[in-house]
Amino acid sequence: MSLDAKVPQGPLAEKWSKHKFNLKLVNPANKRKYDVIIVGTGLAGASAAASLAELGYNVKAFCFQDSPRRAHSIAAQGGINAAKNYRNDGDSVYRLFYDTIKGGDYRAREANVHRLAEVSVNIIDQCVAQGVPFAREYGGLLDNRSFGGAQVSRTFYARGQTGQQLLLGAYSALNRQIHEGKVKMYTRTEMLDVVVVDGKAQGIITRNLKTGEIDTHTGHAVLLCTGGYGNVFYLSTNAIGSNVTAAWRAHKRGAYFANPCYTQIHPTCIPVTGTHQSKLTLMSESLRNDGRVWAPKTVETAEKLRKGQIKASDVKEDDRDYFLERKYPAFGNLVPRDVASRNAKEMSDEGRGVGTTGLAVYLDFADAIKRLGEETVRAKYGNLFDMYIQITDENPYKQPMRIYPAVHYTMGGLWVDYNLQTTVPGLYCLGEANFSDHGANRLGASALMQGLSDGYFVIPYTLGDYLATIGPKPVDANHPAFAQTKADVIAHVNKLLALKGTKTVVEYHRELGNIMWEYCGMARTAEGLTKAKGLIAALKADFWKNAIVTGQNEEINAALERAGRVADFIELGELMVTDALMRKESCGGHFRLESQTPEGEALRDDENFAFVAAWKFMGENQEEELNKEELVFENVHLAQRNYK
Amino acid sequence: MDNAHMNLTLKVWRQKDAKTAGKFETYKAENISPDMSFLEMLDVVNESLTKTGAEPIHFDHDCREGICGMCSLYINGHPHGPKRAITTCQLHMRSFTDGETITIEPWRAAPFPVMKDLAVDRSAFDRIQQAGGYISINTGGVPDANAIPIPKVVADEAFNSATCIGCGACVAACKNASAMLFVSAKITQLGLLPQGQPERYRRVQTMVAQMDEEGFGNCTNTGACEAECPKEISLMNISTMNNDFLSAKLFRQEEVHEVQHEG
Amino acid sequence: MSETKQTFNSSLGKKLIMALTGLFLCTFLIVHLGGNLLLFCKDGGYSFNMYANFLTHFPPIEVVAYILYASILVHALYAIILTTKNRKARPIGYAVATKAPASWSSKNMGLLGSILFVFIVIHMGDFWYKYKFTNTVAFKEYRTNLATGERTEAAYTPEKADFEHSQSFDGNTEIIRVKDLHARVQESFSQLWYVALYVIAMGALTFHMAHGFQSAFRTMGWVHRKYTPIVEFIGTWFFGAIIPLGFAAMPVVYYFMK
Repeated sequence: MSLDAKVPQGPLAEKWSKHKFNLKLVNPANKRKYDVIIVGTGLAGASAAASLAELGYNVKAFCFQDSPRRAHSIAAQGGINAAKNYRNDGDSVYRLFYDTIKGGDYRAREANVHRLAEVSVNIIDQCVAQGVPFAREYGGLLDNRSFGGAQVSRTFYARGQTGQQLLLGAYSALNRQIHEGKVKMYTRTEMLDVVVVDGKAQGIITRNLKTGEIDTHTGHAVLLCTGGYGNVFYLSTNAIGSNVTAAWRAHKRGAYFANPCYTQIHPTCIPVTGTHQSKLTLMSESLRNDGRVWAPKTVETAEKLRKGQIKASDVKEDDRDYFLERKYPAFGNLVPRDVASRNAKEMSDEGRGVGTTGLAVYLDFADAIKRLGEETVRAKYGNLFDMYIQITDENPYKQPMRIYPAVHYTMGGLWVDYNLQTTVPGLYCLGEANFSDHGANRLGASALMQGLSDGYFVIPYTLGDYLATIGPKPVDANHPAFAQTKADVIAHVNKLLALKGTKTVVEYHRELGNIMWEYCGMARTAEGLTKAKGLIAALKADFWKNAIVTGQNEEINAALERAGRVADFIELGELMVTDALMRKESCGGHFRLESQTPEGEALRDDENFAFVAAWKFMGENQEEELNKEELVFENVHLAQRNYK
Repeated sequence: MDNAHMNLTLKVWRQKDAKTAGKFETYKAENISPDMSFLEMLDVVNESLTKTGAEPIHFDHDCREGICGMCSLYINGHPHGPKRAITTCQLHMRSFTDGETITIEPWRAAPFPVMKDLAVDRSAFDRIQQAGGYISINTGGVPDANAIPIPKVVADEAFNSATCIGCGACVAACKNASAMLFVSAKITQLGLLPQGQPERYRRVQTMVAQMDEEGFGNCTNTGACEAECPKEISLMNISTMNNDFLSAKLFRQEEVHEVQHEG
Repeated sequence: MSETKQTFNSSLGKKLIMALTGLFLCTFLIVHLGGNLLLFCKDGGYSFNMYANFLTHFPPIEVVAYILYASILVHALYAIILTTKNRKARPIGYAVATKAPASWSSKNMGLLGSILFVFIVIHMGDFWYKYKFTNTVAFKEYRTNLATGERTEAAYTPEKADFEHSQSFDGNTEIIRVKDLHARVQESFSQLWYVALYVIAMGALTFHMAHGFQSAFRTMGWVHRKYTPIVEFIGTWFFGAIIPLGFAAMPVVYYFMK
C-alpha cells in the first residue's frame, strides 16, 4: 500500500501558508467542547498542551515523571537552530531546509522540512518572550554559534543547558494553562493503550503509577509526544525512564511505525566502564573543534594501554593513528556524527581500542593546550572537562579523554502525514516520537527545533482541521471499545505480574541492548541482522517464561513499569532489525556494510530505497507489513555525501 | 585509578506507602566498583533483592546526568551526598571508602510526603510554579527576539537563577524545610528580564502565597540551601524575592491573593 | 486592612517583622551602651543617675521606651511563631543530622535569643522595674556649687511616698535629688553569679548579632554585591564584638573594683 502524506500542492515555499488557509477552523465558542489528550510533556507535548489550551480546547496532559519539568528534553545541551540570519552570514529558510535534507541523507519529506525551517524563526521569538535566558552579546542582542559542522552560525543557546531552558519555558506556559484550568495535568501516569472507536482514536488507558489504578480517559483526539526509543539499546544517552511504550501500543492499534532502524549514534560520549553501567553521558561535539581523535597504531600498544602498563601520554607520536585526519583530510576531526562514530567502532573492532574495556578511542587536547594555552581551553570547554573528571576521575588536561559512540537519538518513529496525523485518524504524533523531519540522520541542534515547531506552530493549526471535521459531539465513554481496551491492559499487566522466574527484567534489557548494539548498531549486515532476529525472538520467548516481576499492581511498582517497557522494547527491537534488513542501502545513521563506496563510505541506493518504510502491525508474532511512502524530491538534487 | 572493589553497609529508609510508618533496614552492598554511580550501586543491590524475591528499594531517578532533578537521596547528612554541586546520580562510589556505612534517607519535609521508600511527592513545587512562575503570553504574536536588547550581565544572571532543576535539595537541607531558594530562583529569573516586568509584583505575591499554603518553613538565612544546591543557586535570590515582595506589598495598589488548593 | 493582615501573616511578612524589630533593637543597643558608659565616670554615679533619671522622666523617651519593650516582645513572639511553623514543616527529622556548612549562630538563633530574653527579664526586673515601680532603690542628693563646680553627695530620704525627683536651688548651690541607680548597679555587679550572667548573655549577643544583623538586611532585601560585605563587617565587628564587649566590661570592671 502506498501512503498519502497529504502534502499540499504548489511551490515549496508556499505550501505551508496555503495549507494553513485551507485548513478548517473551529468556531471559538465550540473549542471548549473538545477534549484533547496529550501524552508526554517534553518540548513537543508541553508546547502543544499550552498552545491548544490557549486556543480554548480542554487539554488533558499526561506524563510518567513526577513533573512535566523532568521530561528528557531537559538534557539537550548544545542549542536550537533557527534561520534568523542575525549574523548576516548567508543563512536563510531555504539554506536551513537544504542543510536538513542533505544532513538527513535525502530520506526526509521535503515539505515537512521546509515548514520546519520556516517556523524555526518564530520559535526563538516565542521562547525569548517567555523569558528563556539565551546567551547574549555585550550589545544586548542574541548570540549565535556554529554547530555540528554547519557553515553558518544559526544556533541559539543557553550555556550548555539549552534543552533545560527551552523545556522550562514550555513548562511555564503549560503551568499557566493548568492554573487557568484549561489543562488538567496527570503526573506519574503512564499511557498503556490507545482506544480506537470506529477507526478513530478517542481515548487512552492509563496506569496511575502511585496507586496502580487503571483509568480510561476520553478525548476527541490523542497526541503522542512521548520521545524517542533509544533505550532499546539499553545503554544510551536517554533517561532511564525514556521508553517506547505509548508509541508501541499505538502501533499495535493501527499506527504505522516508520523507519525504525534510523538511529543516531553520537561519537563523543564517555565510555562504558563495566556491566553495572546504566546509562551513557554525552559530551558536546564541540569538543571535536579542538580535540584530535586517535587510537594506537598497533594492537600491542593498545593492549598495554588497556592493562594500564603505559599511559596515553607515553605513546609516541609515531605510534599514534589520527585516523579521522588520515582518512578524511578535508574535514578531519569534524566529519559528521555517523562517520566519526563508525570509525571509532572500527578501531575497537580491530583491537586498537583503549580503556579497560577496549571500547574507547582518545580525544586529545594536548595540541590545543600547547597552541591556545590551558586557560583558553578551560574557558571553552571547562564545564565539559569538569563533567568528564566527575565521571571518570581522570584529568583531560593531562591525559587525553577517552570517548566512545553512544545511541543518542532515534529518527524513526510513528509515521505521520503533513498534518502530523498517524495512520489512525485522530491520533497524532509530535516531536522525536514521530519520524517526520530528520530523514536518516539528524543535524545537531535540530531536535529541540522540531519538538517546539510541532507543538507551538504546527499542531494548533492542523488539529483544528480534524476536530472541525468530526464535530464537537461528546465522546461516548460507554462504547464497548473502552471497556475492551481497558480489559486488554489489565490482562497485560497481570501477565507481567505473573512472571516469577529467575532473571531480572534489567538483565533482559541488557541482553536486548547487546544484541541491538552488536547487530543493529553502527554497522549492519544481512547476516548479522538475520542472526539478531533469531536472538531477539528467543529472548522474547525466554522473557515471558523466566523474567521476575516483583510486587503487585496496586502500589508504586517500578519493577512492573520497567517490565512493561522492556517487553515493548523487545518487540520494537524485532521490528528495527526487520527494517534494517529490508533497507539494503546505507543512508545516514543506517550503515549496511554491503552498501559502501570504494572508500568505505555510506552508499545510498536512491533508485530502490528513496522511500519511507512504514510498518503495519499484523498481530502478535506476525511479520509486519511494509508500506511505502515514496519520497519525491522536487527541489533538491540527490547527491552522494563526501567528506574526503 | 583505584579499581579495588568495595563492600559497604547501607542503612536505607523503607516505607511501604504514604500511610504506613517506615523504618531503617540494613543491606550489604558487595563488590562495588568505585566507577559506579551511587544509583548504579543501588541498582546492583536491587538486582540482588529482586533475585531473592524481595521488594527492591524504590527511589526516584531519571536522566542520570544531573539535569532532570528527579533523584533525591539524603546521603549521610547531605542532600545528594557529600560532594558539592552535583546531584545524587552524579555522585560516584569513589567518594566512599571500603567498609563504610552509608545512611540513605528521603527528603524530609511536611509538603514532601514520602510515597514509598526514598521517593517523595514534590507536586507542591509544581503548584507553586503554576501560581505564577511564568510570563502570561500566548503562542504567536510576540515581538522579534532581538526587539528587546538585554544586557549580557542581566541575561547571565537570569540564567544563573534559571538553572534550578527543582530537585528540592534546598528544602531537604534547610533546617526549617523552607522552599524559598526554589521559589526565589524563578521570581528572580523573570524579575530580572524586561519580559517579566509586567507581572513582576503580581508574581511574587501569588507564588509566595502558594508557597505558604503548601506549608514550607521560613528562611533564616543560614545558607544551607545554597551550600547544598546542585546548581549552586545563590542565596541572593531570596533577598531579591524579599525585596520584590516588600515593594509589592508597600507600594502596589493592585490587590492579589490567589491560592490554589490541592486537588 | 485585610491586605495588611495578609502581608504580615505571610511567611515573608513575619520575617519582615523579625527583621524590623531586630534592627530597631540594634539601634537601641548603641544608645544603651553610650548611656551606660557613664558608669565609668568617676563622679560617684552622678552622671549615670542623672541619665537614668532623664530616661525615665522625659516623655518622648518614654514613648520610645515602650516601643522598644513592644519590639522585644514582638521579636520574641514572632520567633516562637516562626519556630513553631518551621518545626511543623519537618515533622519527621533525619537520622543523620544535616551536615550542610552553615554557621553555628545561624542555626542557633532561637537558643541565643532565649538566653538574651531570660537575661533581659532579669536585667529589667532588677533595674528598670525596681527603679520605676518600687521603693527599693534609695535616693541620693547631689549639691553642686555652681561657682566652683564642687559637688557633694548624701543619702536622701523623701518625705512623701510618691516622690520621684527634684531640682532646686539654694543660692549658688544646685540641689538635685534622684534615685541612686548607681548604687544598685554597684551592688548587683558585686555578685559573681550576676557578673557571670552578664558575660554569658553578652556572649550570646555576639553570636546573635553575627548572624542577625546581616540576616535582617537579607530579609529586607537590601543585598548588594558591593555593600553586603560592609553590612556583614558591621554585624560581626561592631554589633558582634565591640558592643557586647562594652556591655560585658561594666560588670567585670565593677566586680574587680569593689
